[in-house]
Amino acid sequence: MNISNRKVGAVLVIGGGIGGVQASLDLADSGFKVYLLEKTPSIGGVMAQLDKTFPTNDCSMCILAPKLVSAGRHPNIELITYAELVGIQGGPGDFSVQILKRSPFVDWEKCNGCGVCWEKCPIMVDSDFECGLGKRKAIYVPFPQAVPNKAVIDKEHCTYFVKGGKCRVCQILCPAKAVDFNIPDKQIDIKVGSIIIGTGLKTFDPHLKSIFGYGKYANVIKSIELERILNASGPFQGHLVRPSDRKEPHRVAFIQCVGSRDVKAGNNYCSSVCCVYAIKEAILMKEHNRSLDCTIFYMDMRTFGKGFESYYKRAKEKYGIKFKRAMIGEILELAENRNLLLKYEDEDGNLKREKFDLVVLSVGLKPDENVKNLAEILNLDLSEFGFIKSIHFSPVETIRPGIFVCGTASAPKDIPETVTEASASAQKAIELIKEERHKLTRKIEYPGEVDFSGQQPRIGVFVCHCGINIAGTVKVMEVVEYAKTLPNVVYAENNLYSCSDDSQQHIKEMIEKHKLNRVVVAACTPRTHEPLFQETIREKGLNKFLLEFTNIRDQCSWVHSHQPDLATEKAKDLVRMACARANHLEPLPTITIPVTQSGLVIGGGISGMNAALGLANQGYKVYLVEEKEELGGNARHINRTIDGRNVKEYLQSLIKNVQTHPNIKVYKNSKLESVSGYIGNFRTRIKIQGEETKKNELVEIEHGVIIVATGAQEYKPTEYLYGKDSRIITQRELEEKIFSHPTMESFNDKTIVMIQCVGSRDNERKYCSRICCSQAIKNALLIKQKDPDAEVFIFYKDIRTYGINEIFYQKARDTGVIFVRYDDDAKPEIFGRNGALFIKTKEPILNEEIELPVDFVVLSTGLIPDKSNREIAQLLKVPLNEDGFFLEAHMKLRPVDFATDGIFICGMAHSPKTIDESIAQAQAASARAGIILSKDTIEVLPIVAEVDTEKCIGCGICEKLCAYQAHELKKTEKGYRSEVISAYCKGCGSCAASCPQMAINMKHFTNEQIMAMVEAI
Amino acid sequence: MSDYKPKIIVFCCNWCSYAGADLAGVSRLQMNPNFRIIRTMCSGRIEPEFILTAFKKGVDGILLTGCHPGDCHYISGNYKALRRYNALKLLLKEMGIDDRRLKLEWISAGEGARFQEVINNFIKTITELGPIV
Ligand code: FES
Repeated sequence: MNISNRKVGAVLVIGGGIGGVQASLDLADSGFKVYLLEKTPSIGGVMAQLDKTFPTNDCSMCILAPKLVSAGRHPNIELITYAELVGIQGGPGDFSVQILKRSPFVDWEKCNGCGVCWEKCPIMVDSDFECGLGKRKAIYVPFPQAVPNKAVIDKEHCTYFVKGGKCRVCQILCPAKAVDFNIPDKQIDIKVGSIIIGTGLKTFDPHLKSIFGYGKYANVIKSIELERILNASGPFQGHLVRPSDRKEPHRVAFIQCVGSRDVKAGNNYCSSVCCVYAIKEAILMKEHNRSLDCTIFYMDMRTFGKGFESYYKRAKEKYGIKFKRAMIGEILELAENRNLLLKYEDEDGNLKREKFDLVVLSVGLKPDENVKNLAEILNLDLSEFGFIKSIHFSPVETIRPGIFVCGTASAPKDIPETVTEASASAQKAIELIKEERHKLTRKIEYPGEVDFSGQQPRIGVFVCHCGINIAGTVKVMEVVEYAKTLPNVVYAENNLYSCSDDSQQHIKEMIEKHKLNRVVVAACTPRTHEPLFQETIREKGLNKFLLEFTNIRDQCSWVHSHQPDLATEKAKDLVRMACARANHLEPLPTITIPVTQSGLVIGGGISGMNAALGLANQGYKVYLVEEKEELGGNARHINRTIDGRNVKEYLQSLIKNVQTHPNIKVYKNSKLESVSGYIGNFRTRIKIQGEETKKNELVEIEHGVIIVATGAQEYKPTEYLYGKDSRIITQRELEEKIFSHPTMESFNDKTIVMIQCVGSRDNERKYCSRICCSQAIKNALLIKQKDPDAEVFIFYKDIRTYGINEIFYQKARDTGVIFVRYDDDAKPEIFGRNGALFIKTKEPILNEEIELPVDFVVLSTGLIPDKSNREIAQLLKVPLNEDGFFLEAHMKLRPVDFATDGIFICGMAHSPKTIDESIAQAQAASARAGIILSKDTIEVLPIVAEVDTEKCIGCGICEKLCAYQAHELKKTEKGYRSEVISAYCKGCGSCAASCPQMAINMKHFTNEQIMAMVEAI
Repeated sequence: MSDYKPKIIVFCCNWCSYAGADLAGVSRLQMNPNFRIIRTMCSGRIEPEFILTAFKKGVDGILLTGCHPGDCHYISGNYKALRRYNALKLLLKEMGIDDRRLKLEWISAGEGARFQEVINNFIKTITELGPIV
């Protein structure tokens, strides 16, 4: 395949789930045209079906909807839904693709999603979106927040098609005259430079496991169905009921690993997400009904991700959810009440029976069935389990150049990992067609702003139900009625989801209809949703600072869920305060500043180097700062991955690429001395330790973005006699032994004991270090391979070989590695006697203490945050989480961004992870950072100080106090007066608070605005 | 006294304590509802005037919150808030207002549980103190 010189600055993204949407947004924001192809009528994917997301229990639709709306209205994203790829020619940089768009039998140019058609359609059909638990009509939109919000006729069921020309109700009643039964399917031909596959997942079909009786017993459901049952806009309006009799269940069982870790089902791998989603669903059920009895039956509890372990703990301790390690034999239905009898074998081998009235099957993830077809058309390699294969050490790159993959199309993954890979695949696509940036795109344009000066405020109030997130506690209608009584409020309404596409459209209509010049939104948190509403009012000619956002969810309904009356009262107060402030809101001019098109990467490990290469390959200058004298970080101590790839070789070529890249300047032995500035315009001083002279040198650089990639450190154990006996080593030391003395160190006839979770999941470090299980199994396999007569024992709490790595766990067991469980209250003990080493442990079957002589004790030590984190967090003003790792802007959908604009994070600085995960995250960070660098100028917040020169007496307090030198005393004819240099002002407001004359005001946080809120309390 | 509901304002800075309050929400940490948050960009924005007016208007307690020392998004806004806070405490005493009605606490974006604890404790103190009259 030859790479043609003519490249196309457009990308085809296949799959409109969260992965595809994120990739599209990143590409479009970076200056590329995107065609987003989706086979169903609406984008949104599986995430749209979920009720909440772990481990924050964020409402899934609430965080997803703004992304869908953004994709839907982005001028450079063209949605092609209800369509499939049928053909491809050409090569990387210049593909021609053919797409077949199925006829919706509705003219989408005319349809405005008003809903008359589906209200009147007489035909009821099982809704796929509701997993068959609810109905839709034969003409429908898949779900209320669908994007695009356009109707489709289901030909299979529509009377017109089934009975030949009959019915036509929708056609007759459609006010837009959009229904047209003669619209044919059509083929669309487009040209793109690259293709990204984000086709997502399908859940395992539990019919295939007949012992569970799914499909036969009404009250055996699968997890995704429970998501719909729990959802406020779901088939039962969020009432937790079981299917057979619509009654509330009292005893619920979850069964884990249905269709995962299951050789018979052909799914040997672990689906990675089921343990945590089961915990989530159990917690949500408990929140619906505190007295519910909930048991999760599992093999290993795999809560390996950031924040998951404490979520698990919370489920056990705070919610009283029971966790039982067991093998399920079968399920029987009791005829009298359709309850279920579970037969299982517990951990001690006892056969047990227990009755439940609802059983939830935690079904595994499989690649979407579309993948097979796509692989054929695009000539891709599939793994034995049907996932798309990627190439070594480039997790988003398929074997076919120019075609990339993200999310669950390549392996089971959770949402943040999918979002990360989506950005990473955007990065790889951009690298390929970077020269074509801005060639096919157009700028976002807003209508001119309406001048409201001198006019009385006309406030519109929009109160969000957020499904039941708000409305479940706060009486939303009462709040709306109350809002109507407030001064200058001319309109108030409630929305099921204020952030959904149809609500956004509606808000725009209401702005026009009621001539609103101020908008108050009472919903979730402005930290995530304010930008969306600002965009919306901007489209109607309102300056974005005429929006006031008040938080009645995160800071009200969610934290007062047991006190609905007080919460409602509080919500009213908050709305009153917001309206009081809204009266004083003023339009502010946009301030644009130039962007310095270069980046700073902190940390020269695998993540830092990949992030640097990412930006450099996009064509930007990069400064890479590494504290040590060598690049490589933790990977310098790793030889092989668990699947046998050579890390040493990869690392060497990576270092070479970085060091020889013309766009990268590497500073080794270097540390940050100071950082100043802001997005687009940072100024950093780097202290370089002279190699021979040991004299420090200072350099100052200017850059537009920062990527933090400081990595993590191996925990140095204090437990199990480590450091007191040379036969007690860490996994890392073992790996070095295996590889550095291939002939010397023989493990033949030796007994090696590995102990998991050393320094992880304990009282001091509560989190799971994610990689130690795989690391132990990798080393165990290496030993067994080299010296088959070695005896290897692994002492563990849960084996967490998530994803495809599960097959190595099986392999280890098959090769004779012995796995022994221990509990926190009965940890194994290591002691020496007469020069020999022993392990003391409880023998589970005999249930008595035994002592075994051992030759080596290998401690699987966790990873701890890098010691530089604290310092860097303070320099950059970015937060750390409770464990000391950096805290991203949003756990689910902004995994590599910080809340502070222009600063990003990747790799183990974020949390422990594998090499491939680090690479993907680094590429994602460079894609995200690249969006900023792709622009010559960016808008910054015009929230700056303003001096009233009439009141100013030139005392100079502000000048002394300002941390940014934004105040300057200037001589005028009346004497000295302070002047604000807007470009320097960051908007903290300290000067305003300190001015003895009250001569300084902060725009958007003016005295009047804040005072109005204080007085409205 | 059991149904006395104090009026309490909590000032939060955008970067740390407001995010901490959101995190408490996301973690569903239940707390006493008798407080109303006002968001500013930085704790350094809070003018003595806001506080004095609030007390004059019958607010029973005011909690100032911001980033931990060294963490302020604007380098030193929280130190300025601290200095002002100390001065205000003296002033309140002079005015005959119990200075426990004003409190300053540092809460980071990652400290949802701490937010809950701080709020519950503060409301408890103010409830014990009773209305400001
Ligand atoms: S930004 Fe939080 S105290 Fe200044």
